[in-house]
Amino acid sequence: MISLPIINFSVIYPEIIILVTAIAVLIADLFIKGDRRAPISLIALAGIIMAAFAIHAQWGANVSGFSGAIIVDNYALLFKYIFLVGALLTLFLSVWYLQREELFSGEYFFFILISIVGMMILSSSNELITAFLGLEIMSIPLYLLAGFDKGKLRSNEAALKYLLMGAFASGFLIYGIAFIYGSMGTTNFDEIVRALSSDSLDTDPLILIGISMIVIGFAFKTAFVPFHSWVPDVYTGAPTPVTAFFSIAPKAAGFAILFRLLTVAFSPIFVNLSTMLWVLAVLTMSVGNLIALTQRNIKRMLAYSSIAHAGYILVSLAIGTSKGTEAGLFYLLAYTAMNAGAFGMVILLGHKGEDDLTISSYGGLSRRHPVAAATMSLFMFSLAGIPPTAGFIGKFNIFSNAISAGFIWLAIIGVINSVISVYYYLRVIITMYMKPEADSVTTVTYPPSLLVAIILAAWGTLHIGLFPNGWLLFIRESVVGLYQAL
Amino acid sequence: MDILSLSLIVAKVVVIFAGLMLMVAYMTLFERRIVAFIQGRKGPNRVGPQGLLQPLADALKLLSKEDVTPAGANKIIFNLAPVITFVPALLTIAVVPVADNLILFGREISMVISDINIGILFILAIASLGVYGIILGGWSSNSKYPLLGSLRSSAQMVSYEVALGLALVGLLMVSGSFSLSEIVHQQSSILEWNIIKQPLGFVLFAICALAESNRIPFDLPEAEAELVGGYNTEFSGIKFAMFFMAEYANIIASSAVITTLYFGGWQGPILPPIVWFLIKVVFFLFGFVWVRATLPRFRYDQLMRFGWLVLLPLALLNILITGIVLVL
Amino acid sequence: MHLILFIIFAVFCIAGAILVIVLRSPVASAISLIFVMCAIAGLFALVGALFVAALQVIVYAGAVMVLFLFVIMLLNIKEELITTDEKRLTRYLGSALGLAFVLEIAYFVRRGLAFGSSSLYLPVPKEFASIELISTGIFTKYLLAFEMTSILLLVAIVGAIMLARGKGRRDT
Repeated sequence: MISLPIINFSVIYPEIIILVTAIAVLIADLFIKGDRRAPISLIALAGIIMAAFAIHAQWGANVSGFSGAIIVDNYALLFKYIFLVGALLTLFLSVWYLQREELFSGEYFFFILISIVGMMILSSSNELITAFLGLEIMSIPLYLLAGFDKGKLRSNEAALKYLLMGAFASGFLIYGIAFIYGSMGTTNFDEIVRALSSDSLDTDPLILIGISMIVIGFAFKTAFVPFHSWVPDVYTGAPTPVTAFFSIAPKAAGFAILFRLLTVAFSPIFVNLSTMLWVLAVLTMSVGNLIALTQRNIKRMLAYSSIAHAGYILVSLAIGTSKGTEAGLFYLLAYTAMNAGAFGMVILLGHKGEDDLTISSYGGLSRRHPVAAATMSLFMFSLAGIPPTAGFIGKFNIFSNAISAGFIWLAIIGVINSVISVYYYLRVIITMYMKPEADSVTTVTYPPSLLVAIILAAWGTLHIGLFPNGWLLFIRESVVGLYQAL
Repeated sequence: MDILSLSLIVAKVVVIFAGLMLMVAYMTLFERRIVAFIQGRKGPNRVGPQGLLQPLADALKLLSKEDVTPAGANKIIFNLAPVITFVPALLTIAVVPVADNLILFGREISMVISDINIGILFILAIASLGVYGIILGGWSSNSKYPLLGSLRSSAQMVSYEVALGLALVGLLMVSGSFSLSEIVHQQSSILEWNIIKQPLGFVLFAICALAESNRIPFDLPEAEAELVGGYNTEFSGIKFAMFFMAEYANIIASSAVITTLYFGGWQGPILPPIVWFLIKVVFFLFGFVWVRATLPRFRYDQLMRFGWLVLLPLALLNILITGIVLVL
Repeated sequence: MHLILFIIFAVFCIAGAILVIVLRSPVASAISLIFVMCAIAGLFALVGALFVAALQVIVYAGAVMVLFLFVIMLLNIKEELITTDEKRLTRYLGSALGLAFVLEIAYFVRRGLAFGSSSLYLPVPKEFASIELISTGIFTKYLLAFEMTSILLLVAIVGAIMLARGKGRRDT
């Protein structure tokens, strides 16, 4: 007989809550018919809030469970907060959109919630197999969400493209894990960090190829250049709230595992990996920004811009210190708020069918809907990194940390890139304020749920920008435990 | 590995496969005579005494037939398909112990070609490969009835394999081993036969095995009333013979496996083990023929519903009950 | 004896994998893939991991590939349709990159062997990948991973039903 280990379920309470909520949503969808299905989203909302309380109760803990497969520390909990915020914003962004596009169904919320479960596991995984499974649990709902608008060819294309690319990436990831396990005999982060020394790469080059492939696997998910080719089509084809979700939560999840894996588990050989990350960061920032310059479709533009933003966070990953991680996490928080807001505005200003999402369709918006135009401008300013918004503080933080850590060229390239990015963000604002009205007159309605999301995002963008100290302390508190053992 | 043990293995392979082929040949006669008896006819009794040379005549006839390949057929796959069907059908018997270990000249010789410790999984693996010959045969014929037959068969076999595997889980829980020799050794008296411990499991397994062999009442892949001859419509001569022999080899293998897993294999009093084994196998062969002669064919939707909504839940229930009984 | 078998299986494996990409008929590609799966099972069996080998055949060769073939036949794709000139460049580029990747891995493995510290030299443990070891692992060390796969399967099932359930929107 196998003697079963003592299972400490309390380490995965938030995950369990979200999972149970997801199944409840699915069952509720079975019994509630037709147009009365709106309350399903309330179940999801309740689950997210409950999970947030569970995370709050765990705050400050530093325990591992399931034979070291899972670790609960403030770092993981911070990311779980980010995922929940992402899910919450997506929820508010979705309800009206789904009704407008006649897509409302329980599975949508089920997929969002299950994806969140995967991300949560990913952020607290302390072992490669668990991380891989977390990634898959996160990804499969995402593939399905991309193709949720089954009647539309673009949506189908997005789903297929994402699925094929994602499967390809998973192949890299699992191959990399196999190399690591083959050369080190373990997949547990604690054991890996104990087994590594600074000259490990000379004695065992297989570790390098293993970790490189793992990075490639996650790089597909977080859309680093040159692993970004799926992004524009998937972001454009997927329903807009799903795109918003794509650009926030999975990215954060990818960074959650990358920070922990590279700067903690592989910290003894991080110096060797830093160069690789340097190149990735430069490519990701530059390619994302340069291609974004030429985009006419707002969703496509935001897709490339999200690639570029991942590049900025990569800069902080390349630094590899506790300070760098703090800057990266802070930027991630700011990015979550401003990007969700930008996508919220795209939904608000769009109309049924979403056949016309060109930037030029926003022409003259300031005269007809001054508030909407002003809010959109706020998010654009923040994405461009102009004070007093969250984007500015975030970028400032990353680049100043890069300089003090000696990554001067990286900082310079980053600053040049953010200057380039100002051009295309400002173009949206100029179109709204200075161009004549577009032919197709945008009629804007203000559904309450969507407004909640946009107001939340706007509040976040401004609050992080104006009063960053509280947020910085919050992040320091969550990162400090991560590097204590080193 | 010395020469002696190598030649021993070769001898075992030759003897067991020769025996199997002989059984396949006479199974055809056996079936025709039994069906004729049930239907009140005489059956083939002209070639040799009581028709005993009939299989030989059949073989000669099939060998001398023209080998037709339909126009537009994928030749490589068309030629390969009968082989792909035939080989897995023969392989199953390799892990079935036909008798107790034999002590000969001071050596202990196990009466099984390969006594691997995952025998049951080997059987499942081979069973899952058997479907390819049928699928590919039907597809490569470039003809619509065979294609329909092969599509039906792949859907059917995949569906019933699930229940087949799950039906075995209960048995595995009881016996605690994947090795067929081990399982046979555990069933030394009639009260310890697994049929007593796993009645539901046996019924499920037998039904699924019947379905896997594509015979009445599960013979939709070759339902002659709707599909001419199903997947093997376009095959003639020796290729048709191979499909035919594969089906009989499968039936014999199924009987042998059922005997081994649920009815104590070669265990039995007085008579030598091999005789007991053959008696039990023939009993189940008779069962197969009996079923064929008496039951009508399923409709396709009934077949699928039966597989997924009756057999599968029952198999899960069997696991649950077995688990509860084992714990108590 | 082991070496000969290893070479046979390895050649089957690689040749099959190449054929999967090179062959133009989807059915032929799928059949090659089945051969690859069986050859991999053979390699597993060679190192004594009979259980894994059997699972490889049951799951991949027996179930997954049957569904592949099933779908290919239903779609009835006769020949690969997209092979125009514009794709030729990407094709060559892709092959070149793939080859470079293989050589890179080969180089690293070679270097790893040269240093001799890699566990590639370690002999395979006796009870390697036995049923007991795997099932013990599933219920102890990898319990969470095992349970997580059930979530994965649940999502996959719901997703498959969502995608299969007609094009139109649900009106009930």
